[in-house]
Amino acid sequence: MFIARMALPPPDPQFVLRGTGAAIHTLHFSCGSQEPAVPVLFSGSENGFIHVWNLKTHRVDTALDGHGRKSVYCVETMGGKDQLLSQGRDQRICLWDLAEGRTAVTDSVCTENVGFCRCSLLKVAQGRWLMAMAAKALEEPSCGSQPLLLAGYEDGSVVLWNMSMGKALSQLVCHQEPVMSLDFDSEKAKGISGSSEKVLSIWSLNEQQNLQVYKTHKLVNAGICDITIRPDKKILATGGWDHRIRIFGWKNLKPLAVLDYHTASVHAVSFSDHKIPSERLLAAGSKDHRISIWSIYTQT
Amino acid sequence: MAAGPERALREAAAALERGGPGAAAALGAAREAVAAAGGPAALGERERALLGAFLRSLARARPAAEWRSFFLEAPPGLALSVLLEALAAPGSAREAAEVLELFLREGRVPALLWELCQAPAGSPELQEALLGQIVCLPDHVSNKLQGKNPPVFFPQNYFPLLGGAIIQVLQKISESLRGGLDCSISFISHILGKVCVHGRQKEILSVLVPRLTDLTKSDCIWQRICWRLVECVPDRWMEAVVLGFVQRAPGADVLSRLLGNLVVKNKKAQFVVTQKMLLLQYGHTTAVLQNLLGYLALDSLRRALLIKVLKELLETWGSSSAVKHSPPEQQQYISKAILICLSHLKEPEIESCRQELLTSMMEGVKCHLDSNLPQIRRLGMIVAESISSKINTDGPVLKFQYEEDDEARELKSLLVQTPPFCVVPGPRDDDRNDKTDAALPGELESNKKSHPAAPVKPEEESDAELDSDDDLIPYDMSEDKELKTKAPVYIRDCIEVLTGSEDVDKWEATVKALESLVRKNPAATREVSVELAKIVLHLEEKTCIEGFVELRQRAQVAILTTDPIPVAKYLTSQFYSLNYSLRQRVDILDVLVLAAQELSYPKSHGKTKHSDAQKPCIQLLPGSDSSKDWRKIVDERIKNKTRRFATGQSQVERASGPNEFNSVAGHFFFPLIQHFDRPLTTFDLLGEDHFVLGRLVHALAILMYLAVNTMAVTAMGKALLEFVWALRFHTDSYVRQGLLSCISSVLLSVPAECLLEDVTEELLEAQSWLGDVVEKDPDGDCRRLALQNLLLMENLKKKLQTVPS
Repeated sequence: MFIARMALPPPDPQFVLRGTGAAIHTLHFSCGSQEPAVPVLFSGSENGFIHVWNLKTHRVDTALDGHGRKSVYCVETMGGKDQLLSQGRDQRICLWDLAEGRTAVTDSVCTENVGFCRCSLLKVAQGRWLMAMAAKALEEPSCGSQPLLLAGYEDGSVVLWNMSMGKALSQLVCHQEPVMSLDFDSEKAKGISGSSEKVLSIWSLNEQQNLQVYKTHKLVNAGICDITIRPDKKILATGGWDHRIRIFGWKNLKPLAVLDYHTASVHAVSFSDHKIPSERLLAAGSKDHRISIWSIYTQT
Repeated sequence: MAAGPERALREAAAALERGGPGAAAALGAAREAVAAAGGPAALGERERALLGAFLRSLARARPAAEWRSFFLEAPPGLALSVLLEALAAPGSAREAAEVLELFLREGRVPALLWELCQAPAGSPELQEALLGQIVCLPDHVSNKLQGKNPPVFFPQNYFPLLGGAIIQVLQKISESLRGGLDCSISFISHILGKVCVHGRQKEILSVLVPRLTDLTKSDCIWQRICWRLVECVPDRWMEAVVLGFVQRAPGADVLSRLLGNLVVKNKKAQFVVTQKMLLLQYGHTTAVLQNLLGYLALDSLRRALLIKVLKELLETWGSSSAVKHSPPEQQQYISKAILICLSHLKEPEIESCRQELLTSMMEGVKCHLDSNLPQIRRLGMIVAESISSKINTDGPVLKFQYEEDDEARELKSLLVQTPPFCVVPGPRDDDRNDKTDAALPGELESNKKSHPAAPVKPEEESDAELDSDDDLIPYDMSEDKELKTKAPVYIRDCIEVLTGSEDVDKWEATVKALESLVRKNPAATREVSVELAKIVLHLEEKTCIEGFVELRQRAQVAILTTDPIPVAKYLTSQFYSLNYSLRQRVDILDVLVLAAQELSYPKSHGKTKHSDAQKPCIQLLPGSDSSKDWRKIVDERIKNKTRRFATGQSQVERASGPNEFNSVAGHFFFPLIQHFDRPLTTFDLLGEDHFVLGRLVHALAILMYLAVNTMAVTAMGKALLEFVWALRFHTDSYVRQGLLSCISSVLLSVPAECLLEDVTEELLEAQSWLGDVVEKDPDGDCRRLALQNLLLMENLKKKLQTVPS
């Protein structure tokens, strides 16, 4: 009778990807395309390689070397898995063409920024993308709509920018320490941010476009590297300095699971974009050179 | 014309002598005679003498009621002399005292003074005699009447009355000056001086100063009278008068009005103000200092003196001998004076002596920082900071790190000059300032508490309710605990991590775990004890660990207690070897003391051992203050010891066990005491490393105390007494305090019989030295400790006497 009431032990990873030879800094799934195409996971690691993992065979399909052996800390796809954007510590953002087995850098931008702030992509229209990156001077491209940008700063604040006016709409100091990662749910107009301290901060954006602290959540150990809300907005995952992945319900930030597999800081967490919910995966990349793949809360 | 009154007086006196009913008539005749001579003031020399004779017989005969009033009519000087004679004569004392009381009450004192001012009559001897009579009146009367002295003759009543009389006379003088008449004030000055030198400044000046303050406010004649009054005080009494004025003036401006340029005109006053009160005495309050230096600053003639004073103060402040030998209270006083001087200096004046200030500051700060007493070091820092901020108005200034407490704040506040007209620094003022200062930190704290404005959390309860419709079932999260790096489990792993590991987390975990690991594995520790002790001794703080110093110390203590003999041998040999920092040497001493304490402490259970070891760490760690704690421990034990006769049986029974310190005490003690007089190139205990010497001496005192009931105690005591004897004239008071603690420890630890048999001579020598210290040592703590030691010796003697041998 007690067994029925007892919580299940946390699951083990579905499988583990090894062999990058360096700490993982970023992960990105591309699994949304039609059936014959293979679902892949891109990982960027400290030695400057971007690995393209085949999720059927669990092997590396391609290793892309475009950042002069400097750490890659952001990988994004544009549309399908053939157009790839990567950002590295060599201060460059590269655009890759991977179609039909090619591995060529078609274009690159020099950011002249030495921070660790990742760039951010927004699809404005079919074939039109807007990219925000940390830089010295503000350059605004003209675009039809009025996109908004949320940026986390080293002073612990989150600022909402109006891109077309180049004006800060609202600033919220939600941490005492630098903001390490943030994610935003535009349906509920709520976001979450993590920093090097022991607190997760959930904030909301009201109709006057003011940011307010909605709730804070105290963690057991300090330091959050990455936060991702699952695309269906049901759960979110954090990767922490304490080697653990934490899963929370997004609605109320109810702690759901603590996945303890890695032996060093978890640098990146990412949810897959599978069309079928039951196939959805969670990937976590760590300083211990491993990528763990989890299947968790896939039935909801 | 003069013959008439003369004869009448003579006849009146004769009639009095005869007595009987003629007396009243004689009184009338005498009164008429005086009137005929033109009033009491106009009497000639001979008539005065005759009147004196008459008064004398009157006091003897005391015919009827009328006679008393005659004394009030007679010339006051004459009357006073006769009355005092009558007081001294047997039989007539009571009556004479009554008339004297009447004399005082009826306001004859101002008349007396006025008479003496107007006509500086009589020989100097006569004046001197009258002066004595006036000033010493309360003493004369109380000597005569003993317990039945009327209150009006009490000094606290008489001298204010005299003060009032002086004011009245001064008023008359000012009137006559305004009327163009000359008037001598010197007799009043003499009275003032003599009263002050008799120690009655408080009584007389409490009347004079407020009145004179009022009167001189806007009247230049009064100011001149007042200046003259002080100037005419004879040199031998000048000090008392000036001191009284400086102490009682409500502010520097008032003092300046009252004294004028006295310090410039009068050498004696100058000496008192610029030397004696500043450099030789140090008991005056800050308000007095402010008065004094403010007074010097208020006039251009006196400002030259102010700069001279500052230079002299700085010379004393910067002299290493003064820093070593004068009591801390005096050094604080001098520092205060320097700060006040600095607050009065103006830019051009500083400019003129910038170089000198800089030189003295450099010297002074050097010898202050060299001191072992934290208080002295801090004084040096504060004064140096202040000087530097004054002389470098635009350049970089000195900045030290020290604890900001009330004393530091008070000192710094002196640098900001108080506006002379709005603040009245009475003697009470200090206390009030202290109180407001003390209140401030409290307020700050409460502010701080409310400050961190964390976002308000929504209630957990409501969360749970909203959650209930959520279909996500949480997994078991009981394993989610605070992350800890796995510390090594074996002693040898620790050595590896501490010597070679680059992994900072692992290193931290090892440092934290080392103590418990050592205590859990004594056998494994013994195999590598010396190596481990060496590693831990050289352990430097790689990352910022909270309480690193304490962790390292605890580990060292654990190693030493686990394997005492080899490790103590190693540590004591390292104490005297080359290439160690002072910190490491002091660490060695602390570790030896703590380990000795742990070993000698009776352990009832193996488990409580741990907490026992931690207790002293907390007491001993804060470096600068530990000497106090050490002494506290010793003092406490002295107290316990000396009171033992009374407490007797009621002690709780302690768990007993073998004293582990017994077999190793010598290994802790003797190597430490052996080499203190052999300087190395990097370490000279008898030279400039006297701070370590102080710590060493204190450590030896504690080891000696802890060695009670061990076999080696007598030999240790003998060696320690010899050591103390060699160092007894050390200039550093911290070292001397340690030496005195050593003697206490010897007296407490070595059994009385052994003391008497083996170390009698040393003890006798020590006793005479202690006597010297009690009387002559400049340091208050040293004197107290020495006195305590003498008491201990006395107790010992008594104990030996009560036990028949």
